[in-house]
Amino acid sequence: MIWNTKYETMPRKELEELQLERLKYQVARVYEKVPFYRQAFMERGITPSSIRSLADLARLPFTVKQDFRDNYPFGLLAVPMEQVVRLHASSGTTGKPVIAPYTAGDINMWAEVMARTLSCAGMTKNDIMQNAYGYGLFTGGLGFHYGGERLGATVIPTAAGNTKRQIMLMEDLGTTVITCTPSYSLTIAETALEMGVDLKTSKLRLGVLGAEPCSEQMRQEIENKLPIQAIDIYGLTEMVGPGVSVECPHKLGMHIFEDNFLAEIIDPLTGEQLPYGEKGELVLTTLTKEALPIIRFRTKDITSLNPEPCKCGRTLVRMSKITGRTDDMLIIRGVNVFPSQIESVLLEVEGVEPHYIIVVDRKRHMDTLEIQVEVSDEVFSDEARKMEELEKRLMEEMESTLGISPVIKLIEPKSIPRTVGKAKRVYDRREL
Amino acid sequence: MKVKQISIFIENQPGRLVAILEALKAKNISMLALFVSDTTDFGIVRMILSDTALGIKTLREANFAVKESVVLKQEIPDVPGGLLETIARPLTEAGINLEYFYAFLDTTPGKATIIIKVADPDKAEEVLSR
Repeated sequence: MIWNTKYETMPRKELEELQLERLKYQVARVYEKVPFYRQAFMERGITPSSIRSLADLARLPFTVKQDFRDNYPFGLLAVPMEQVVRLHASSGTTGKPVIAPYTAGDINMWAEVMARTLSCAGMTKNDIMQNAYGYGLFTGGLGFHYGGERLGATVIPTAAGNTKRQIMLMEDLGTTVITCTPSYSLTIAETALEMGVDLKTSKLRLGVLGAEPCSEQMRQEIENKLPIQAIDIYGLTEMVGPGVSVECPHKLGMHIFEDNFLAEIIDPLTGEQLPYGEKGELVLTTLTKEALPIIRFRTKDITSLNPEPCKCGRTLVRMSKITGRTDDMLIIRGVNVFPSQIESVLLEVEGVEPHYIIVVDRKRHMDTLEIQVEVSDEVFSDEARKMEELEKRLMEEMESTLGISPVIKLIEPKSIPRTVGKAKRVYDRREL
Repeated sequence: MKVKQISIFIENQPGRLVAILEALKAKNISMLALFVSDTTDFGIVRMILSDTALGIKTLREANFAVKESVVLKQEIPDVPGGLLETIARPLTEAGINLEYFYAFLDTTPGKATIIIKVADPDKAEEVLSR
């Protein structure tokens, strides 16, 4: 169901006019209210009157994560503190967190885009939504909570954790929609199995899963283990939290709520805008945020945009699943390579979750790429010929996906050290 | 006769075979036959053990990739043309392709034992028993 027909199905020309009008307003506001932006604009000889068309967006400076740190905590605030009704913060895994202030108007806009998000995912006011995102500074919990209530559904604010109690409530209260991270949905599935609870006979039917990347393979696994449609969403604290974009049940990309967030794709190296369809870094500008208006935020997320109207009727531009992060990007012999591309080839060829490392080196002024892959019982064959064929197939698939040819080295199981947190996959030994 | 063989993946690195042998020794498992083949980057160790199931469990616990397969163990006369007449020619005439084989001298004087890997061990066994 489409929550807001006016904005979600607006003809693109009309939508672009609306975006331009809102962009002009935002640029004028930040120029007047935020010293950081005024200075950045002045350095480029830009004044609010410089913005005459959406194409002029490319003239505006970028905002990067470091700018939030440099202006911590309230340097980017565009309203007096008395108008701020709430503060959220990012987890701040690298240094100080990003502080996100909201006015009452921002909270209202957020509830609106989250009601659209849930409706787009397939939820209605008749649903019972168990919200297992963390409540607190994290935007996930309250973002979903307000969206669910705005939609008119019944919201159960269980928050994350205490999985056994989650499952008990899910059964007893007749939960139909679960909202949580993709990995937590798998924890729920596994815990239910251990408890001897068959969730396939429960009323659960939909999962709205975000806050971390979810590959197509992971979605398959979730949908196999739980009786749900797994819908992917995208958002970030710097913009609003969840509510930037979401898939519809056709799962053909995430619809960006473009009347509130203006999206571009750029080449992460040159900063140049790229045309629709090309893969690059997603850059977002807030069009309606009051407390924290942000111009051209570099998300570091790699995706592409598709402006074709969707089967669901929405005219909003769609972003593909996030396929990598610019900070993970390697430049090997001048070619951009993402570890996620390597992982997807391994997954496709071997059919199992691969354990691998990527070693980049430079020998005689030439970059080398070596992919070391553990041989599992599943892919191991007693015939040396088949193992050599596997090596060859991996090499050919890598070459056609990456555009450069790697060396594939098969190694013994568990020879790569296992870590509790995020696995270290890339060893760049070049001295650049 | 059909017997169970295990195959183990090893990297071409010093000490890898030692790691396998140590793991087996610790569980008192003995080898009845052994064959190591290698490519430029890796090797495959094939062995027939006194206790196949325990051997697989032990080696997997020692983090090796292990596959179990069925091979034929055949005793042949240790004379010129012995392999040709008792194994190679009959299998060729029956259109059976040998994937690989390895041989060792038997404890019985004048006999040798050969281990044969084919795609269809049942059919090969039937051919050889004629």
